[in-house]
Amino acid sequence: MPSVVSGIITLLLFQLCGEVVSRMFSLPLPGPVLAMVAMVIGMALSERLLALIRPVASFLLQNLSLLFVPVGVGAVARLSDLSAHALAIGVSLIGSTLLAICVGALTFEYVARLTGNVDEEEEA
Amino acid sequence: MTDPLLIWSYLESGPLLWLTATLVAYWIGDRIFRLSRGKPWFNPVLLSVIVLGGLLLATGTPYETYFEGAQFVHFMLGPATVSLALPLHANLRRVRKAALPMALALLAGSLTAVVSALGLAWLLGADFGLLASLAPKSATAPVAIGISEKLGGDPAMTAVLVLLTGMIGAIAVTPMLNALGLRDWRGRGFATGVAAHGVGTARALQVNPTAGAFAGIGMGMNAVLTGLLAPLVLQLFR
Repeated sequence: MPSVVSGIITLLLFQLCGEVVSRMFSLPLPGPVLAMVAMVIGMALSERLLALIRPVASFLLQNLSLLFVPVGVGAVARLSDLSAHALAIGVSLIGSTLLAICVGALTFEYVARLTGNVDEEEEA
Repeated sequence: MTDPLLIWSYLESGPLLWLTATLVAYWIGDRIFRLSRGKPWFNPVLLSVIVLGGLLLATGTPYETYFEGAQFVHFMLGPATVSLALPLHANLRRVRKAALPMALALLAGSLTAVVSALGLAWLLGADFGLLASLAPKSATAPVAIGISEKLGGDPAMTAVLVLLTGMIGAIAVTPMLNALGLRDWRGRGFATGVAAHGVGTARALQVNPTAGAFAGIGMGMNAVLTGLLAPLVLQLFR
C-alpha cells in the first residue's frame, strides 16, 4: 500500500513539470492539462504509478465540486457588475451552455451511429 | 472574558475561519444534495456559494479576506485536474475507439458555445470588454482566465462567468439530454465537459462513471480549442 504522501508528491511533481513546460514553450495548453496527459501516458506504462496515484486522485475527484466553491463565492463580490449586465449575461450564458451541450451530444451520437461506433463496455 | 469583537478581529485576519466555513458550507450543500437524491437543482456548489455569499454580505467581509482562507481549497484544482488522468486511463481503449465522434462533437460543441455566447450578448448590447470576458467561458477556469487576459477582458469577471456556465450546465444537462432521448453516456459526458468544464465534469461523475471519464476528456480538449477559437470568433464582434 503506497503512502498518501508519496501520491501527493507525485501529483504535484507532474503539475510542476506541466507548468514549466507550458510556460517554457508558451503552449496554449495549461500546465495541469499537460500534466494530465503525461500522467495518462505514465499510468499506461507503469502499474506502480497507477497504484501510487489512485488513492489521492480518487479522493480529489470525489470532492471535485468543493474545489469550485471559492471562485463561485467571487460571484458575490462581482454582484454589481453582474447585475449591470444581468440580461445580456443571463441570456448569453444559459442559451449558449444549453445549446452547446445539445449540439455536442447530438453530434457525438449522430456520428457514432453513422459509423457504427457502439459502446460495448457500457456498464449496466 | 475577552471581548468577542477582539476574537472576531483575530479570526477575521487569519485563514482558519473562512477555510472552515468553506468546508462546512460545502458539507451542508452536499448533505442537502444527497437528501434530495441527487436532484440537479440542489447543486452542492450553488448551495455553498449561496450560504457563503450570504455570510460575507452579512458580516461585511471583503472577498479578498475570504479568499485568504479559501485559497487552500482553490489550489487543489490543479492537482484535481491532473487526477482526471485516473478515469481517463481506465477508459483509454473506449476513448481511442470513439476518436471520430469525439473530434466532431468537440468542434461542434466548442464553436456553438463561443459563437452563441458572443452573439446573444452582442444582440443584448454587451460592450467589447464584456464580450472578451465572455468568450472563453466554456473553458476550464485557469485556461479561461489566461485567454481573457490576452483578449483584453476582465479575468476576475471571466472566473465568475466560467463558474456560472458550469453550474448552468450541471443543473440542466440531465433533464435536457433525457428529454432529447440521448442514451450514449460517452457523448452525454463528453459534450458536458466541452460546454461546462470541471463543474459539468463533477456532475457527470455523480451521474455515471463513463460520462465522468468522457467529460474529463472533453474539458481537457476544449481547454486547447477555446484558446484557438475564442480570439478568432471575437474578431467578428469588434
